[in-house]
Formats: sequence, C-alpha cells, structure tokens
Amino acid sequence: MQALYAQLLVGLINGSFYALLSLGLAVIFGMLNIINFAHGALYMMGAFCAYFLLNIAGIGYWPALIIAPIAVGIFGMILERTMLQWLSGLDHLYGLLLTFGLALIIQGIFQNYFGSSGLPYAIPDELKGGMNLGFMFLPIYRGWVVVFSLIVCLLTWYLIERTRLGANLRAATENPTLVRAFGINVPRMITLTYGLGVGLAALAGVLSAPINQVRPLMGADLIIVVFAVVVIGGMGSIMGSIITGFALGVIEGLTKYFYPEASNTVVFVLMVLVLLVKPSGLTGRAT
Amino acid sequence: MAAITDDSIPVTPSAIRDELIAFGIMTALLAIVPLTGIYPFFVMQALCFALLACAFNLLIGYGGLLSFGHAMFLGTAGYFTAHALKVWGFTPELGILVGTAGAAGLGVITGVVAIRRQGIYFAMITLALSQLLYFIYLQAPFTHGEDGIQGIPQGYLFGVFNLANSTVLYYVILAGFLFGFLLIFRTINSPFGEVLKSIRENEQRAISLGYKTDHYKLLAYILSGTLAGFAGSLKVFVAQNASLTDVHWTMSGEIVLMTLVGGLGTVFGPVVGAFVIIAMQQYLAGFGQWVTVIQGVIFVVCVLTFRRGVIGEIAHYFRRSL
Repeated sequence: MQALYAQLLVGLINGSFYALLSLGLAVIFGMLNIINFAHGALYMMGAFCAYFLLNIAGIGYWPALIIAPIAVGIFGMILERTMLQWLSGLDHLYGLLLTFGLALIIQGIFQNYFGSSGLPYAIPDELKGGMNLGFMFLPIYRGWVVVFSLIVCLLTWYLIERTRLGANLRAATENPTLVRAFGINVPRMITLTYGLGVGLAALAGVLSAPINQVRPLMGADLIIVVFAVVVIGGMGSIMGSIITGFALGVIEGLTKYFYPEASNTVVFVLMVLVLLVKPSGLTGRAT
Repeated sequence: MAAITDDSIPVTPSAIRDELIAFGIMTALLAIVPLTGIYPFFVMQALCFALLACAFNLLIGYGGLLSFGHAMFLGTAGYFTAHALKVWGFTPELGILVGTAGAAGLGVITGVVAIRRQGIYFAMITLALSQLLYFIYLQAPFTHGEDGIQGIPQGYLFGVFNLANSTVLYYVILAGFLFGFLLIFRTINSPFGEVLKSIRENEQRAISLGYKTDHYKLLAYILSGTLAGFAGSLKVFVAQNASLTDVHWTMSGEIVLMTLVGGLGTVFGPVVGAFVIIAMQQYLAGFGQWVTVIQGVIFVVCVLTFRRGVIGEIAHYFRRSL
C-alpha cells in the first residue's frame, strides 16, 4: 500500500506540471492561435534560471520562485515581439514550426554547455524532511509542489474567468478587431498573455528542479506528453485543462504501480481512446 | 487565413511540361552521379530522405495536413525490413515488401485516429502517436532497444543484383526513388489529387459538393505513410542498420525541415531540401550539438522570411510550376 500511495503522489506531482504547462498552452493558443512548441524548452529555462540564481548569485529557492518566471516571461515576451507577432494572419502551422525551431535552438545551446546529465538543485531548508500521515510518509517538498501548483492554477483560472482583465482577454480571443475598437491595446495584451503562459511554464520548471534535477532536455519529452494532455482535454476551457492535467498525472501514477511497462505510454493510449470516442476532446469545442 | 501554400499555380498543360522537363534534368543528374566521384553513400542517403520528404509533402503540401510524426513510418518500415532480412533470411524484395506493408498497416491504424482532428491538433496527435510507437519499440525485444538491429545482410535483389556492390545499390536506390516520386507526381495530378487540394483550400465547400473528405484525407495519409515506409525500407540497405533514432521525434522534425527548406507544396522542393539538410549534417558533423541549433535557426529563418522555400522562390520568380 505504501508503494501505491507513493506512486499516487508522484502522479499528482507530474499532474501538477501537466496542468501548469497545458494551462499555459491553452492561454497562449486562445490569444495567439499558436501552439507553443517551445513550451518545454522554456520550462527547462525556468529550472536553469533557478540553478543560475543559486550558484552564481547565491539567490535561493524562494526568490527564484518569483524571479525565474518573470525573467523567462520577459524572454518570452521578447520572442513574441520580435518573431511570433509577424505570424498573425498566417496558417496556424507556421507558429508550430517557428516555435519548434526556437525549442531546437534553446535546447541545443543548453546541451552544448551542460551536456545531457542532470545538475542537482537542493530542496530549501524550510521544506526538507517529511511527515508521517499514518498511512504513508509524505516528503514535505512534494506535498508543497502539489498544493502550490493547484493554487497557482486556480489563481490563473480566477484571473481569466472572473476579473475585468480576463474578460477583456476572453473578448479579444473572440474578436480582436472589435475589442481594439473599444480602445483596448490588443497587441500589448497578446504579448502579456504570451509572457503569462511562458511564466507558468518557467514556474513549473523551478518547482521541478529539486525533484527531477536540472537537465537541458527535461522539457523535450514532457512537452509531447503535454500535447497529448491538451488533445485529451481540449483547449476550450481553462478549468478543463487543470482537471485533465491532474487526472492524467494520477492515472499515470496508478499505471506505474499496477502495470509499470505501460507507464510511458498510458497517456498516449488514453489520447487514442478519447479521439475514437469523443474527437473534440473531453471539454473542447469542435474544431 | 492564408493557406500553407498560398500561391499555388493552377495545373495547366504547360505547368506539367515544365515539371516533366525538370524531372528529366533531375533524373539525368542523378544517373551520372557514380561517374563523378561524389561519395555515393551520401547521395543514396539523401535519396531515401528525399523520397521520405516527398511523401510527407504529399500530405502537407496537397492535403494541408502537417504530420509531426512521419518518422514512425520510416522507423517501422526500417525495423520490419531489417528483421525480415536478418532474422527470417528474406530476400531483399520480400524484405522491402514486408517493411512497406508494415508502414501501410501503421498508416491505416494511426490514420483512423489522427484524421479525426484537423490543423494544429492533427500535428499534435501524429507527434503523440509517434512517441507512443517510440516507447513501444524501446521496450519490444525484436528491435534490440538502444542497440538497434545492426549488420543487416544486403543480399541479391531478384536474385540478380548484388546490393553489396555500391554502384549496383546506387542504381537500385535511384530506381526506387524515381518510382516513388513518379507515383506521387501522378497522384498530385490525378482527380484524387485535385479533390485533395480542394479540401486543403476549403474543406467545408468540398463537403458541400458531396465529397467524403475524411475518406480522401485517410487515403492520402495512408499513401503518404506507405511511401515514407518504402523510403525507410530502402534506407536499410544503405545504412545496414535500423535504430531508435529513426523513430524519434527529432527525425520527424528533420523531415518537416527538409520540406520547408525546399518548399512546401512544390513538386521538387522536398528533394532539394533533403539534399541541403543531409549535406549540412555531413559537413557540420564535427560541431556536435550546434547542428541542432543551426537547424533551429533555419526553421526560424524559413518561417519568418522564406516561407516558399528554395524551389518555391525559384518557381515564383520565373512564374513556373516546379
């Protein structure tokens, strides 16, 4: 039973990363009509940013949790301003190709300087150790990642679905020309949205650094799983992305316990099943 | 919304004539390669990738479907052919048949799933499917995991042609490439190809005209996958191995890159693109990971400033169809 709970926890943690990443993908797709293939690379940059802050500037985990997403978010906004914005009006597929190229560049550069092995990043002192819940031993850091990710996801949902800013954003998704006519600076909103999505990816990177180590290719395979998560959940709904992300993480964790051989493939198999039964995804609108 | 190939020139008798002249020149150039002293292994490898990119281009350039998982056909056919040749002791022609049939079967299975969504989702689904297959091959015993299948015997094609002789092998590969290329050329200019293009331009209208667009897309997908598999089977005789790199998503990305550089939706673009990218990999092999960075830069530059690709730009400049 201990092993089952342990795998469930691992599943919840992976689910947190799926949720944070697919949430960012959905927000970006809503505004820019681009599937951000560089999302995995930017997640990796978030982890490296935390690593650099600690090892070069001596800045620890807590400030990094804020600085890294902002720094990577600004980097993302520069990418949007200098490149992605020129793709508006073109076929969606060009956005995928451009961001795929960006992912190759970013990952290639990091691989050149850091190889493929993992760099350690220590758990902050406040979150070391664990507690005994009676039925299982819970490492505090892992519990923190799940709870904190959930809070960030819900805050993002609140921001987009319940605030004035979010209302403008959703309106601009539906009809950018009309929203501009109301005097809202839509291009700036698009840039900020991209920054927000990228910042969420970088935040997931910082959270994962102490668990998975910091590696140049840490996001490369993850992004493909997240794509499958997005296909399963559909990108029409923010809450849908969050729930699908966590649920798939848990299912993956259960698979690791009951049938470990399939743990790498279970998300993809589920994607196939969902496509056969409900092609538009669990929460998505038909496209 | 501008389509992925925004200035395609309508098919006219003169367009077909231009393309046939270009085809003659390409065939003549490729036929004299063994006399020029160019390293034949390089050209053979490029020819396999050229056919692969042409098959990919059939789907994106004429059907508007971007597959980000075409490496799965390359790798599957490679593993099947390699296994048939090495373990079952099949003759080369039967080995190629097994590999191509395997890719065709894979095309049927994955096609039924993938064509349920369009556009961006289609790309993500094909990528995820190829990753699923990657993990299956990683664990399946017959692929030998990380080692791959190595030391594959080349044998005698039809019992006559000694494929261990590099000149004979070259002409066999060239014949296979030309066969696949002409098949694609014929498909593009057939009524089937015209319906495919109409689906790319406006699927709703094609549906309202009574075409079962899903059937056309599925058939195009299977044909593309089968030909990509044929290229993968041929590649086994050149490389004499079958490994996981051929199924990995980076390979799928390279196929996209070749077609993009040469020109999406052009007849000859994928061939030129394949030669450019394979040559670049040969010359820059010593630079390690920088090759990945350079490929990324080419992606970015192509998408931002050079969307027609090499052949697309030439065709546009001379107002010809190539």
